[in-house]
Amino acid sequence: MPERAVISVRRIGHVTIEGVLRLGYAARFITLTLLHSGTSFRRLRLVIRELYFTGVLSLIIILVSGLFVGMVLGLQGFQTLQTYGSESALGVLVALSLVRELGPVVSALLFASRAGSAMTAEIGLMKATEQLSAMEMMAVDPIARVVAPRFWAGVISMPLLAAMFSAMGVFGGYLVGVVLIGVDEGSFWSQMQNAVDFREDILNGVIKSFVFGVAVTWIALFEGYDAPPTAEGVSGATTRTVVTSSLAVLGLDFILTSFMFRGA
Amino acid sequence: MLDLWVGLFVCAGIGALLVLALKVGNMSGFSVADTYQLYANFDNIGGLKPRAPVKSAGVVVGRVAEITFNNDRFTARVALRIEKNYKFPKDTTASILTSGLLGEQYIGLEGGGDDKMLAQDETIKLTQSAVVLEKLISQFLYSKAAEGDSKK
Repeated sequence: MPERAVISVRRIGHVTIEGVLRLGYAARFITLTLLHSGTSFRRLRLVIRELYFTGVLSLIIILVSGLFVGMVLGLQGFQTLQTYGSESALGVLVALSLVRELGPVVSALLFASRAGSAMTAEIGLMKATEQLSAMEMMAVDPIARVVAPRFWAGVISMPLLAAMFSAMGVFGGYLVGVVLIGVDEGSFWSQMQNAVDFREDILNGVIKSFVFGVAVTWIALFEGYDAPPTAEGVSGATTRTVVTSSLAVLGLDFILTSFMFRGA
Repeated sequence: MLDLWVGLFVCAGIGALLVLALKVGNMSGFSVADTYQLYANFDNIGGLKPRAPVKSAGVVVGRVAEITFNNDRFTARVALRIEKNYKFPKDTTASILTSGLLGEQYIGLEGGGDDKMLAQDETIKLTQSAVVLEKLISQFLYSKAAEGDSKK
């Protein structure tokens, strides 16, 4: 009996040490990435190429889901607001929930599964097929050449995607609320403009999506770089990227929200 | 080809931000217009918040810029930012009103008959505080009690 207790305690210790070690590797990894970012700004071509793969190719999924999220918000919001006789506040509801929360969060979740997983798989496979080692042999730093451009592409495209998501969502809410249901167009826009503050709401939303962009690309790149160089290893790393970055986005969102909107 | 798409992507992203700022938010119109500042002291501002509208005859003529507490007179000092092209006479009354039953509170300005107009940084002398429901109820109860006394 005591031996079994010792074994389980030892297992807890092992898991903790592993976790701390990986966290340390991840921190070292991001520091190295930031230190070696010079190349990606001197050779913007590399970043532009990655912007195409992470940003432009994510456009369709972001725009379509933004539109539908906005339309659903319009429908559901109308149902609820109608019971209080304040349908004219539909614009406020749609815009605030999109700009503050849904825009940054949902687009970050979509970005993690659309672009993040692709990044992990790509880098993991590069590692498994020893392309990264080959680069090192040629005195090319893989972090500067492969990792940093992807990092910056992700960080740049995330706020842009979130803004497009929110704009599309507001348009979707407008379509359902004003065109379909027939909420008064004037009060829809004017109440929205009265309630949404540029600094408080829109800028905070942009800051959020920037933070999410850093978190998601960091996790995706680290998982890829750290993946065991086997087929199983890469597939496991891809799964971990989606799970970890989704959880990180939701957790960070709570922390950021509690600092930004304290209900003042 | 790659450059074109990335360029389009970045432009669309910045465009979306601009749409959010101008169409959804309130960057357009008001904050750009020239304004001048007036002050008003209230005994009680109720639930008035910065950025609440200032209306005259129902038309939005400005916004509440800042609310501070005047420790010498124990009153609330409210700074109003009024659009330049609206002038109000010296004996204007400022009162705190509520739009609708549960709506937000705003400041209503009612012009008087004075020839001189309020200028930058002047203080509106005549003010009317917000209605506090508890005070209203207690006043009502007292008056009822007084009625009962006088009937005896």
